[in-house]
Amino acid sequence: MIRDITFGQFFPAKSPIHALDPRTKLVLVVAYIVMVFIGNNFFCLGLAAAFLILVTALSRVPVKMILRSIRPIWFVIAFTAILNIFYIQGEVLLFEWGFIHIYDRGVFTALFMAVRIILVVMGSSLLTYTTSPTDLTDGLERLLSPLKIFKLPVHEFALMMTIALRFIPTLIEETDKIMSAQKARGADLESGGLLRRVKALVPILIPLFVSSFRRAFDLATAMECRCYHGGEGRTRMKKLQMHAGDYWAFGVTILVFGGIIAASILLPKVY
Amino acid sequence: MPILETKELSYVYGQGTPFEKTAVDSVSIAIDEGEFVGVIGHTGSGKSTLVQHLNGLIKPTSGAVLLDGRDIWAEPKKIRSVRFEVGLCFQYPEYQLFAETVYKDIAFGPQNMGLSEDEVNSRVKSAAQFVSLKPELLEKSPFDLSGGEKRRAAIAGVLAMEPKVLILDEPTAGLDPKGRDVILGQIREYQKERGSTVLLVSHSMEDVARVSSKVLVMNESKCAMYGTVDEVFTRSSELAGMGLNIPQVTRIFLGLKARGYDVNTCVYTARQGRDEILRLLSKARGGAAT
Repeated sequence: MIRDITFGQFFPAKSPIHALDPRTKLVLVVAYIVMVFIGNNFFCLGLAAAFLILVTALSRVPVKMILRSIRPIWFVIAFTAILNIFYIQGEVLLFEWGFIHIYDRGVFTALFMAVRIILVVMGSSLLTYTTSPTDLTDGLERLLSPLKIFKLPVHEFALMMTIALRFIPTLIEETDKIMSAQKARGADLESGGLLRRVKALVPILIPLFVSSFRRAFDLATAMECRCYHGGEGRTRMKKLQMHAGDYWAFGVTILVFGGIIAASILLPKVY
Repeated sequence: MPILETKELSYVYGQGTPFEKTAVDSVSIAIDEGEFVGVIGHTGSGKSTLVQHLNGLIKPTSGAVLLDGRDIWAEPKKIRSVRFEVGLCFQYPEYQLFAETVYKDIAFGPQNMGLSEDEVNSRVKSAAQFVSLKPELLEKSPFDLSGGEKRRAAIAGVLAMEPKVLILDEPTAGLDPKGRDVILGQIREYQKERGSTVLLVSHSMEDVARVSSKVLVMNESKCAMYGTVDEVFTRSSELAGMGLNIPQVTRIFLGLKARGYDVNTCVYTARQGRDEILRLLSKARGGAAT
């Protein structure tokens, strides 16, 4: 069933990582991605991996869930690795068959690239696992607010994002219900050619659109009833505030960042 | 042989995930042809999940659903034909209306059955008549109808398939008392005229008591009671323990009985209550005269 698709993968828990300010997490995730890409030898990646393991342990998100985040992109990882194995040339020939030559450097680079992608994806998935969508858009809004001087409607973007994220599960549930209801009337969604299948979607899409509009109007009325009139002069119930934990997080990240820069300058490169 | 039967039916949501939840827990019931069964239970007691098994919308985790003695999942490819025999009308069915006209919407089910144009036409007409939708409404857009009319049009969409077993999930939710009475009356009439089997899911004990011949009580995913209305409602304290209240009238008569009055406690409607009180009064008067 559609319901099985996990969307908005927030994993609620009480942990020091969950408690961090969303702005801190956003900035640090960017820093983390930069450091993974700066690192050019296995020591750097090891350091980044150790950092990731530390944060994961602190976040109390099950390791299984974090590993699941790579599932959708394993193909990309495999593809890059295979390309690297075949194309990169080095000194020691490991394997030769017809036009295929595999060198030691190719294998190393392939491994290196794969680990790098996995680290980046797992790290950024930690952000979405430990930050609720509302907090995330809140943090994004605050971080982007300097762009307001260029007349960018930052608040409106953030609000649109919040609403969209908020309604994804609702819409999935609604779709599920409508599909069941039409199936109960004998709608056949599984068989037939392309044209028939598209036609079979009409009884599902129309009620879905109708109810989305209804919801949109209801939401607009509810917002007006609470005197919403845009971001101008709006105060917040939950003010974003930096705590001691945030400064610690910055400190640790800067240390790891420094370590990776030092290691990538001092130690030999992989590629 | 019962027309519809469940054998140790169980369903588990999200098996193998941290959100695992048993929604239906080994339910075994048998429903005879022509029966009017009220299904009651608290929100989240598993009643909606249970009825979605009966027409094959949900495949049971374990156990079986037998229609006319045959397992409906024996041939998974033919599950669609089960849905024409066991018609299910969901909660708030008016949100599934989609066609340009009410006629086309009611005709959706019969057309999916592959019936001839004439047959579809006569079924739509008679279904619309059962829910007393005026013929001129059939050519209107379903979105132009009033709330109550929409609800009735959507129910007609299921009736038009002329299922052997009709299941209605909270058909009166969100309607005013008058609209509720109208729809319940129409369902009862349909059942009497067609002699079909009806399951009515509701959490209004009054509604269930008024129309059903049997009551199935769901509690915490399990079938807590299944029997005639009288059998179930005499266990009022157990029902109260499940957060379900028997009809107010019945409660009054149970109270009278507890205070030593010789009354029949199988009273579920105000009318029955009036008759019973009149009987009691005349008896008391008669007793005083002699």
